[in-house]
Formats: sequence, structure tokens, C-alpha cells
Amino acid sequence: MTDLERVRTPSRVTNAPLYDWDELVQEDRVHRLLYTDPAVFDAEMTHIFGGTWVYLAHESQIPNPNDFITAKLGLRPLIITRDNDGVIRALYNRCTHRGTTLCRWDKGNSRSFQCPYHGWNFLNTGKLRGVPWPDGYASSLVRDPKFNLAQVPRVSSYRGFIFGTLNMDAAPLPEHLGPIRKPMDEWIDRNPGGRITVCEANRFKYKGNWKLAYDNSGDGYHVLYSHHSLLETENRFKDEETSKGMSYYKTQPDELPMYIQYMGNGHHFKDKRPNLQARPGGLWAIESLHPGMEHVAERLRAKYGERAEAMLDLAGSEPVNINVFPNLSLLGNHIQVFQPVAYDETDAVWYGTRIEDVDGSLGDDVVADINALRMRTQEGFPNFGEVDDIANFEQIQRGLQCTEDEWIYMHRGYGIPGRTVTLDDGTLKAPATDELFMREYIREWKHLMKTQPNIAIRREP
Amino acid sequence: MNVQNHDPARFSYYVTDAWYGELVADYTDWQTEDRAIHDVAERDLFRRLLEQEARLLDRLLFEDWLKLFAPECGYWVPSTPDAGDPRREIAVMFDDRRRLEDRVYRLRTGYAWSQAPSSRTSRIVANVEVFRCKTDDQRMVRSNFLISEFWDGDTRTLAGWAGHRFRKLDGGWKISAKQVNLINCDQCIRNPSIIL
Repeated sequence: MTDLERVRTPSRVTNAPLYDWDELVQEDRVHRLLYTDPAVFDAEMTHIFGGTWVYLAHESQIPNPNDFITAKLGLRPLIITRDNDGVIRALYNRCTHRGTTLCRWDKGNSRSFQCPYHGWNFLNTGKLRGVPWPDGYASSLVRDPKFNLAQVPRVSSYRGFIFGTLNMDAAPLPEHLGPIRKPMDEWIDRNPGGRITVCEANRFKYKGNWKLAYDNSGDGYHVLYSHHSLLETENRFKDEETSKGMSYYKTQPDELPMYIQYMGNGHHFKDKRPNLQARPGGLWAIESLHPGMEHVAERLRAKYGERAEAMLDLAGSEPVNINVFPNLSLLGNHIQVFQPVAYDETDAVWYGTRIEDVDGSLGDDVVADINALRMRTQEGFPNFGEVDDIANFEQIQRGLQCTEDEWIYMHRGYGIPGRTVTLDDGTLKAPATDELFMREYIREWKHLMKTQPNIAIRREP
Repeated sequence: MNVQNHDPARFSYYVTDAWYGELVADYTDWQTEDRAIHDVAERDLFRRLLEQEARLLDRLLFEDWLKLFAPECGYWVPSTPDAGDPRREIAVMFDDRRRLEDRVYRLRTGYAWSQAPSSRTSRIVANVEVFRCKTDDQRMVRSNFLISEFWDGDTRTLAGWAGHRFRKLDGGWKISAKQVNLINCDQCIRNPSIIL
């Protein structure tokens, strides 16, 4: 590929390695510096967010030709475009002239982007279309590819989920995702026609390191404590037939059929579905109480009889946590994206999803009712659960200012013979409250931090 | 179904497609000069209700605050500046009567870590304007708000405008819907855990 530019960033003259990563990341604990050192964060933006596949956007956010949204790859501002021919690109949102961001809108539809500073104009393919008063340049800028926008050289979708990487050595996306594809497939395919549309979001900011969110994503140990207020609230009516929400954690959660599974490459999966009654409506039975639910349930049951139960499950929060390293988490019906801002600041965006009546099997009235309900169920956890987690993340960041107390432990389940099982496909399985996923993903993190990624950008030829 | 089973504090039967439709219609194109009510006494009546509401929230008297609302009510913090249709979009917050009481219940459990200790707030309500509706038992009221919130060692500002839909019930005005429009509603917000 002649349009690739290999990038070898100049290093500071000392050129010493930042840390001995084996000292900082041990079998059962990690050093506080992983969360508190701005230099580690800076290295992560190259080695993690430049070194592996990163989730960028969902195709349903740019469904039409010339649609775009803005996003980030680590700290790099991007414009994710779908050109007139349907090709999806991740353009650097940076004018090739002086570096101004070209697009300041979150989303829209445009065939081109004009720099507000000096008026350079770029097509949504990244190609420079024109500059003001071109005669003032000794040679033609539009004929020189180096003035076309930089773009992420490898952009690839898996069933609507768009990923990108700068690392030319990274394995192809399907191989990189590996076994985590199975729960992703199941999560997608539980929706009619295997299709979801991304809608608006619950958007959080917290003053803490981005890994605090990823450490939480598969954590079955915190539920009863961090979410104490949620569990009490959703079970405040004692005449309900079933315990609501994650009440199943209350007694001996290690002995329940739910589990955590490490899928390789930093990805992991917590599956709570085996705790449910295996029948249509089993998910709906434990859904906590949300606006409109009795009305919709009564209406659908009166009209559709037993078929209504499976319909209602579509509005229920799928009890899975599918975590794709480093920045994507599918949980309930949400697509959660972790966006690092600084070593001690992170944005966590919980995009909602709605269903589409792809094959007409449900009918418009059912889809409208289910989506109205699904919006409300999706607001539940961010409002009454996530706020408390995030308060705890911020307090971890504060606690880690105790410089001399250096270690963060993640050894729940570690060293107990037979506790972790290696399955035939090489994935690891353990009880849902074990910190297996932390030990394994941070091992992948360490591998990436030790490895020099083969970073490149691309420009249109 | 007996009548008791439809208590909106316990069961959510009133949140129907028609209810949503009416809500969206009431919050569409309502702030127009031809609907503005200029009567000073009426404007003062609603201004006083909004100031009372701000006082109850600042004093953390949430149970008294709930009494300002009609039994069947909505509390809506949209996630986009144009609010959209809550049947198809996630909101920052969207509560019916029961979930509004959930919200208060959670804060009272003592385990709501995002409010432990509670934020201290100082709310300023201003620019109150009252607008006429199709029927005389309903009013739409626009106001601007500025909430200074002290939490976790810092004071921050939450700003925006609210649209209250008041209905006359048993001779008094009750809030049948409250829409809170944060100016940064579509951005990442730190600890959005107080009642707005």
C-alpha cells in the first residue's frame, strides 16, 4: 500500500523505557502508578489506543451516504464518515495545513468539510478539494497526497460495530475479537432481524482513570455494595412476585450458574443469563419497575397471549456484560463506550439502542410500545446504579493519592485450585465474583505496553 | 382490575402511547407570544410555586416536593436540546410518579454513594413566563434556572430552563409534567444525581 505513511514519533533524547512493566503489573496486583502517572497515560494513548483495535462508532449512527459523526481514537479527534459510495472512513479531524479541527458538530450530513481558519476544503473521503488563492503556492496542493487528510489506516466493522486501529501488525479484526464474537452475536441476534439502531445516551464524566471503568465492567463482586441503593429501591414493594434486578447476588453468588469468562486479547464476558428462568418472559419477570410497564404488558398480553412474553423480553435488560478491550461494553441493551480524557478524567457514554421491525413480524404497534418501554428500562441503571459506581471510581482515584500504599489487589479467586477452568477453546471460566478478568486483561495491557506498535496513518492517493 | 391497582405511585398504567403523545404535543411550539399571559397576579402565582419548589429542593424536603406534583405526572430531562420524542429516545432522566418516588426513596436509603454526603444546592429561578393552553385548567410555565451545587469539595453550576405543565386539580395547581432542559444536556455530565 503506497498510500501508507509509517509513523516513527521522535523520542526524547534519554530514550529510556518508562517503567519495568513486570514490576508494576504482577500476577495478583497492580501498582497505583497505572492510574496516577500522566506519563503512563500518555504511553497508553500510543500503545493501547494506538496499538489495538478500538471501537469507534456503530453503523446505524451514519446510515445514509455522506452522514458523519465525530469520535475519538484515544485523544485523537476523528470524523467518522460514510462517503457517497457507502465507504466508511475514520478521518483525523485535523486540517493538514495548520492543524485546526475541521468539524465541530457531533453529527450531520456533508460531502465536504471546510476549515474555518483558512478555508481549505476537504471531501468526506479526506481528499483535499481546494484551497483559497492556490496561485500563492509554488506547486499544486490538490495534486500532492500529503495534503489529503490523515485517516486511520485500518477500519473494519463487525456486524455494525466499527473498529479502527493504527497498528499495521494487529491481527485482522475477526481474529482479534475471537471468542467474544459469540456473546456479541447472541446479544445482537436477540433483537428482531439481528438489528439494532443506536439512539441517544446517558453521558457521564468522572474524575478518574479510564481503567477504573474497565476494571468495573466484569466485576461481580461490587454489585451488592456499590449498588446497595439500587437493589433496595427496585425491591421496595414487598408484594412483587419476583425479586427484581440483580437480587440474585444476595446469597452465595459464587454458587449460582452465572460466570465470568476471559476471552483473550483483553476481552471478557460475564454471563448472568443462566440465573434466569429459561422461558419467554423469564427476563421480564425480574425487570425492575419502569414507566409504562404495566400498561404495555397488559396490552400486549391481551392482544398476543403467550407471544407477548418474548416481546416484553425485548424491553428487558439483557443480563450480560460483554467487554471488548479497551473501550466497549455491551450490557443490558446499552452500548457503553469508555473515552479517556486525561489520566484522571474519563467520559463514559451509555448509548441506548432500539429495535426495528425488520421483517414485519412484530408490527408497528408492538415495536413502538417495546421501544418506549426499552427507553425507560435503559434509563434505570444509569440513573440509579451507575451514578454510585462513578462516585466510587472518583474516590479510588483520590485514595490512590496515598503514595506509599502502592498496590491494588485483584486476587479474588487467585491461587484456589480448580477455581478457574480452562475450556476447550482456550477461554477461562470462573465464578462471577472472581477478579480473573482483571488479572487477565491487565496481562494483555502489559503485553501491549511492552510492544512497539507498528503505527501508520493513511491518506487518499 | 380494581381501582386500587391503578394507584400511579404503585403501578404504571397511565404511561400510555396517548399520554406520551399529549406530553410531546404540549411541549411543542408552546412558547409563543400569542399564548403569553400578561396578567401580573397570575404570573406571580406561578412564580411563587416555582420558588416554593426550589426552596423545598434546596432544603432536601423531597417528600414535600413530591406533593407539588399531580398523582399522574412526568419528570423529563431530555438528552438533546430539541428534547425529541421520549418514546424513541433515551432521556437523561424520565420518571413517572412511581419512578419519581423511586428517585427520592434511593436518596433516602443512606446507600446512595453519589449523594453521600448530599449535595448542597442554591437554586435561582427567574424569567418566569406563563402560557395559555387549549383548556383553561392547564398552563405552561417557562423559567430559567441556575443551580449552584456544592459537592465533594467543589461548587459547580448547572444552568438551563424548565417547562412546567400545571393542571388545576381540586381547585389548586399541580405539576403534571416538568421538563428540565440543561444547556449541556447532550454532553458528559459529572455525577448527575441531584433532583433538578
